[in-house]
Amino acid sequence: MNTLVTQQLIDSTYIIAVVGFILALKWLSSPVSAKRGVLVGEIAAGLAVIATVYNPNLVEHKWVIVALIIGAGIGIPLGMVHMTAVPQRTAVSHAFGALSASLIGIAEYYVGTPNISKFGMAEIGLEVIIGCLTFTGSVIAAGKLQEILPQRPITYRGQNIVSLSTLGAALAIMVVLVIHPEDTHLFPVMVAVALLFGVMLVTPIGGADMPTVISLLNSYAGFSAALLGFVLNSKVLVVAGALDGSSGFILSVIMCKAMNRSFTNVMFGAFGQVQASSGAVQEDRTVRSASAEESAAILAAATKVAIVPGYGMAVAQAQHKVRELYDALTKRGVEVRFGIHPVAGRMPGHMNVLLAEADIPYDHLIEMEDMNSDLPQTDVALIIGANDVTNPAARSDKSSPIFGMPILDVDKARTVMVIKRSMNPGFAGIDNPLYYLPQTLMLFGDAKKFVSDIVRELGGHGS
Amino acid sequence: MPSDFLSNLYVFILAGFVGFEVIKRVSPLLHTPLMSLSNALDAIVVVAAIIIAGMHESKLSFILGLIAVAASFSNMVGGFLITDRMLRMFKTDKPKKS
Repeated sequence: MNTLVTQQLIDSTYIIAVVGFILALKWLSSPVSAKRGVLVGEIAAGLAVIATVYNPNLVEHKWVIVALIIGAGIGIPLGMVHMTAVPQRTAVSHAFGALSASLIGIAEYYVGTPNISKFGMAEIGLEVIIGCLTFTGSVIAAGKLQEILPQRPITYRGQNIVSLSTLGAALAIMVVLVIHPEDTHLFPVMVAVALLFGVMLVTPIGGADMPTVISLLNSYAGFSAALLGFVLNSKVLVVAGALDGSSGFILSVIMCKAMNRSFTNVMFGAFGQVQASSGAVQEDRTVRSASAEESAAILAAATKVAIVPGYGMAVAQAQHKVRELYDALTKRGVEVRFGIHPVAGRMPGHMNVLLAEADIPYDHLIEMEDMNSDLPQTDVALIIGANDVTNPAARSDKSSPIFGMPILDVDKARTVMVIKRSMNPGFAGIDNPLYYLPQTLMLFGDAKKFVSDIVRELGGHGS
Repeated sequence: MPSDFLSNLYVFILAGFVGFEVIKRVSPLLHTPLMSLSNALDAIVVVAAIIIAGMHESKLSFILGLIAVAASFSNMVGGFLITDRMLRMFKTDKPKKS
């Protein structure tokens, strides 16, 4: 077969790949068709990889195959992590994606260097800057999510100015490289400054903003791949990058809306360290607490129960006990549904995956808006490890830092039960007036243990 | 402005719109699988890495290319694997296996 025909065959597999990718995302519209979508995506990507190995311009195959095997060797364990660890895994995969896009851009630069057009240099420069900052940013995000690095925002005076100047410096070096391509020694400096900016971008962001940050990094990783497609004139990269970039972008917008924040506020706001003002005022307010036995009696007498899970449920590994509670109540004819806030958990959709893992049918996982229309008719709202997303101050208290954030209106349910370790305020350090309402019962203790005690009282098979 | 740039820009804009329309319809239930799937699809940069490494134009490009092959292919394998695992967990009420 002559080279031209081979090349055209390879290009055709890329077209098939693009169609497969779009179908894979399209079929993600429902859990039923989604499995088929993943299969189509796998076949499409596999075809493109196999075809590329047959590219007639390749002179070195052995080491490429070795690298593919090593990649698969790293990928398989990363694909098998526990569902609680999915946010950090996702950050790691953003880092790998951005790393590989940056390395290819850097290699392109050094292969072509005296003969790169000004335009080509600008493309490579932008691509490498975005790739590098996404790489280090994602590594920091993964470190925070894995709790190797402190999750609280790390800030100092004048931080935004320093950070933005760093980004400005990277861009300025790129402009110099476009004008004076002979200054090749500046290229590694640009790479280093971009890597540094990635660290500065994510370090000040606190754990509660992680869903937004993960989505933003997703978007950057996608756009760096698309820019790489521009550099290499590869349409399949442009399309895949644009799809990934828009996916991350849409998710970031959803996350920001769910927290009533703007992009700039997330990136430059360094939330979660003020708020001493609104809390700690009325120390004399009383809370009512209840035991597992009393809680079980109230739940058993209910006809409609709404469970609102948060990241605390995942931390306590309570999702399987929650499933037992769901079973025990369902057996008694109680209708149990789960109210899922868009930012519950550490990444978009995290709660759904955790509950699905615990075998809870997905048609009982209800989005915030639908849940809210149902909460006034609900007998018991049981909150497990969630805090800010249930805080009624977001509706009423203009001085609250979360004012305007859409919440699950659990205070409209007839009885509210909150499983919580203690009265310490949550992640963002905001006091929650929900706990002082007359219809609220505080169930103090570890989420997993408390839920299993309730299950035992209900005659299920607790611990 | 090179003509390649313009044709790539066309593709980018059209793909961006397709992405926006398609992803807008993804159920919020599946936002985590969406992210892992789009990561796996993005890992198609592995084809560029294979070419850079396989052409062996310089020692540096060869080594950087090989690292990029391993990094992006790990994303492709891991991304599809975990998406598939997650989607298998989403079940409806009735078919309970115990």
